[in-house]
Amino acid sequence: MYETKYQRASNVEDAAKMLAATDDGKFISGGQTLIPTMKQRLAAPSDLIDVRNIDAMKGIAVDGSNVSIGAAATHAEVANSNDVHKACPALCDLAGMIGDPHVRHMGTIGGSIANNDPAADYPAAMIALNAQITTSKRTIGADDFFTDLFETALEEDEIVTSITFQAPSKAAYAKFPNPASRYAMAGVFVAQVEDGAARVGVTGAGSSGVFRHGEMEAALSKDWSEAAIKNCKVDEAAMLSDLHGNAAYRANLVKVMAKRAVAAAG
Amino acid sequence: MSEGIGARVLRKEDKRFITGGGRYTDDIVEPNQRYAAFVRSPHAHAKIKGIDKTAAEKMAGVEAVLDGKQLTADGIGNIICGWLIHSKDGSPMNMGAWSALATEFVRYVGDAVAVVIADSIANARAAAEAVAVDYEVLPCVTRPDAALEKGAPQLHPNAKNNLIFDWELGDGAATDKAISGAAHVVEMDFTNNRLSPNAIEPRSAIATFNAAEDHYTLYTTSQNPHLARLVLSAFYQVAPEHKLRVIAPDVGGGFGSKIYIYPEEIVCLWASMKTNCSVKWTSDRSEAFLTDAHGRDHISTAKIGFDKNHKIVGLKVDTIANLGAYMSLFSSAVPTYLYATLLSGQYDIENIHCNMRTVYTNTAPVDAYRGAGRPEACFVVERIMETAARKLGVDPAELRRKNFVTEFPHQTPVIMCYDAGNFGANLDAALAASDYAGFEKRRDEAAKRGKLRGIGMSSYIEACGIAPSAAVGSLGAGVGLWESAEVRVNPVGTIEILTGSHSHGQGHETTFAQLASERFGVPIDNVQIVHGDTDKVQFGMGTYGSRSGAVGMSAVAGALDKVETKAKKIAAHMLEVDENEIVIEDAEVKVPGTNKTLGWHEVCLNAYMAHNLPEGMEPGLKEGSFYDPANFTFPAGTYICEVEVDPETGHTDIVQFVASDDFGTIINPMIVEGQVHGGIGQGVGQALLEEAIYDEDGQLLTGSYMDYAMPRADDLPSYQVSHESTLCPNNPLGIKGCGEAGAIGTPPAVINAITNAIGNNDLSMPATPSKVWAAIQASGVKQAAE
Repeated sequence: MYETKYQRASNVEDAAKMLAATDDGKFISGGQTLIPTMKQRLAAPSDLIDVRNIDAMKGIAVDGSNVSIGAAATHAEVANSNDVHKACPALCDLAGMIGDPHVRHMGTIGGSIANNDPAADYPAAMIALNAQITTSKRTIGADDFFTDLFETALEEDEIVTSITFQAPSKAAYAKFPNPASRYAMAGVFVAQVEDGAARVGVTGAGSSGVFRHGEMEAALSKDWSEAAIKNCKVDEAAMLSDLHGNAAYRANLVKVMAKRAVAAAG
Repeated sequence: MSEGIGARVLRKEDKRFITGGGRYTDDIVEPNQRYAAFVRSPHAHAKIKGIDKTAAEKMAGVEAVLDGKQLTADGIGNIICGWLIHSKDGSPMNMGAWSALATEFVRYVGDAVAVVIADSIANARAAAEAVAVDYEVLPCVTRPDAALEKGAPQLHPNAKNNLIFDWELGDGAATDKAISGAAHVVEMDFTNNRLSPNAIEPRSAIATFNAAEDHYTLYTTSQNPHLARLVLSAFYQVAPEHKLRVIAPDVGGGFGSKIYIYPEEIVCLWASMKTNCSVKWTSDRSEAFLTDAHGRDHISTAKIGFDKNHKIVGLKVDTIANLGAYMSLFSSAVPTYLYATLLSGQYDIENIHCNMRTVYTNTAPVDAYRGAGRPEACFVVERIMETAARKLGVDPAELRRKNFVTEFPHQTPVIMCYDAGNFGANLDAALAASDYAGFEKRRDEAAKRGKLRGIGMSSYIEACGIAPSAAVGSLGAGVGLWESAEVRVNPVGTIEILTGSHSHGQGHETTFAQLASERFGVPIDNVQIVHGDTDKVQFGMGTYGSRSGAVGMSAVAGALDKVETKAKKIAAHMLEVDENEIVIEDAEVKVPGTNKTLGWHEVCLNAYMAHNLPEGMEPGLKEGSFYDPANFTFPAGTYICEVEVDPETGHTDIVQFVASDDFGTIINPMIVEGQVHGGIGQGVGQALLEEAIYDEDGQLLTGSYMDYAMPRADDLPSYQVSHESTLCPNNPLGIKGCGEAGAIGTPPAVINAITNAIGNNDLSMPATPSKVWAAIQASGVKQAAE
């Protein structure tokens, strides 16, 4: 790792100011991707501004069907939250599948979605739940937030502060892990949201990162069943292909995981 | 409770290992310590046009920036392969020059070009990045078959067409004739995947040159510190043996990868002399992936013939082995005398022929990795036997049984003479433990759950305790393969056993102590094992090839014999009886049936007080022994694996794994079971998960655990391990060895099970979910869920 200066921000405004004062600083919120990258000397930020300890970004609040999760909530906190479990158990399941206990106690939901790793789990849930992502500057709908591999709508000095969504009437996440990294080779989050509309978020498989599967959504909106998506097509041309699996395999996994998620959601 | 042979005592060394009290090479701190960082080639093949060190030399904390020309100028010799193989035309193998720091060419990504010595790791690495190497990038080749093709990039001027040797074993003409007259012939292609060794402790070295004493000390992660000293001294001319002390302290796993002498140890020693500082280097995981010697990487075709009664009449194998960019220390022996010699398996086969071509490629050097040659042989034999059974329409267990060697000694046509075994007993035990007869019921039940269930077996044999010295010498080995031991009894009766074997996870501190406990009835807590230091132990050949029990312990037994004889003489003198009447048990030295009894400690004390010794006897109680075995040992057994494959995802779940092994005498069943568990884990890793993959440009794609899949606990089943033992007739304890069996026997059992489950025999290792899914698609197996 190259030398870097670690600073801890106590509020959102300070964090932006601290970043502005650096040569080539980066926000850090758990660092479960950034720190390993720095250890491999593939990233060399001059400064790290830690936003994980900002009080306003902590905590989970569930009010009726309205779920709000602070961006600094760790995966372990989400996985073990009784409130989230009542509102959307699928999100607890998803958080409990991320990495290992060390990762789940350091990594945060805000850090994960701001990083937008194409094989990360949370982005699939965010778009399937139609989550609203509140930042230090504005609120962005999940559909507009994730733009490409490791790319989001965030500006350089913009910080995710919280995530809100309406509890779905049913939802589930099915993930096929990469045998080496245990990131998703294909992870599908299915949710039935207001008026019975279905949303299907897919991570790990798409060559442009997380995406919604329109055909499956239409089919499931009409008939929430495994059978409904049996004939849906997953476009191989839009799939990732690497040493762990080619596009045809990933397209198959998307279908299979979607089917299993629908079954699990009941 | 007995703590002798056969006792399931807990490991003495575990207290320090599991409480963080181990002392590994990187834990050693010398007063005047500096850190080495290597400048490594980012190219698979390139000419070095120049090295500009000026910027690096001016950087903070930098003591020196050293390159290969300086190393060569100081007379440091090239790294060698210690086993000379001759091609079938009689010409010696074509060993290319390997300088510890490259001078003219780099030949794989990670090849060391220069080294920076600085006052901190960070400063050393920063300066290493500032060393500007001007490369002319050359075309590269990474696959062994491609390396032999016309027009392939050439790595070493003396190895035309990248061929190191073209060697054969067995009678080719007789084998061809036997197979051409066979009633049934089965032909198959195989690849044996390339593996990264991944010991938990990365390689490390700290070298100290003491100018005042003209003496070097090297702490290093070695499986064989004496061999390291011998080679460093005799071939690399770093220092003469008597002025070089090599210590391998606690070592966190080796699996073969820490047998060899690598460039880094040589450079640390030399740099210590150049800078007059202690020089430490510890590999990080990224460097380990790039530079630790890889394992396996074979491409083979094989043909087996059966007569009308399904007896094997001949086996012919043609293999290309990838040895990487340079010949590592044992690299030539692995695909020859540790591979072709095991192609008879457990079977009585009259005609066997193996042709082996070894080649250079622009990849990390390939050498022994747990099993070393024997897993490659076992994979060929046990996959083709299973396949033949399917093609002949007979039960795979019965086809094996019909061809088993049943009388011993049995001379195979490929050098080995099997000395003892009862292959049928192991097969029977495994069949019973796996409820083989009830498999179809389990398959039907799994199908109801949408799973494809399969069963596969492997009746492996291996050769351990590679020996005897005269025989291996005649086959090209550059060293003898004996072992030495010394037993020092202290005046109070406690015992130190000095051994040339080296423990890096095997539990020698416990099992070697059990030998003394067995002999004299002393508690193992009163026995200390000393190993891993050339200043303490006179000589040793180290630990690899499952040789510590069969060879190392036999040397200890020899020394214990001498101690026992002398102790009995002393006791007989003290008790005024004939020495033949004396018995030593439960820490007592006595004449049974009488009240003539001495404590073990009383006899030991008298040996050192020397007040009352037999006339002419020297004082003291300390004896040494060198043991050179008469033959290899032959552990064998049958493994049966049962899997369930998810037809929709191709994911394999190992639902049952049964191992019945014959290891001869077992010193500590708990440790032996642990060895089998670990070996099966590594075997499952090779079969399902692990593969080191280079791209066309020679870049290692699997350079971290993000892409290199190591087995985790939830990838592995609960094992059912049992033993059906015959004693090895060729060593005093009857030991065969257990360290590698799991890694040897497992891969074919797993692949046989998966191919049985999916109904497609065309499946290479590692059988990843994507490959298994593709094989299911290709075979047109109806997806069970649909």
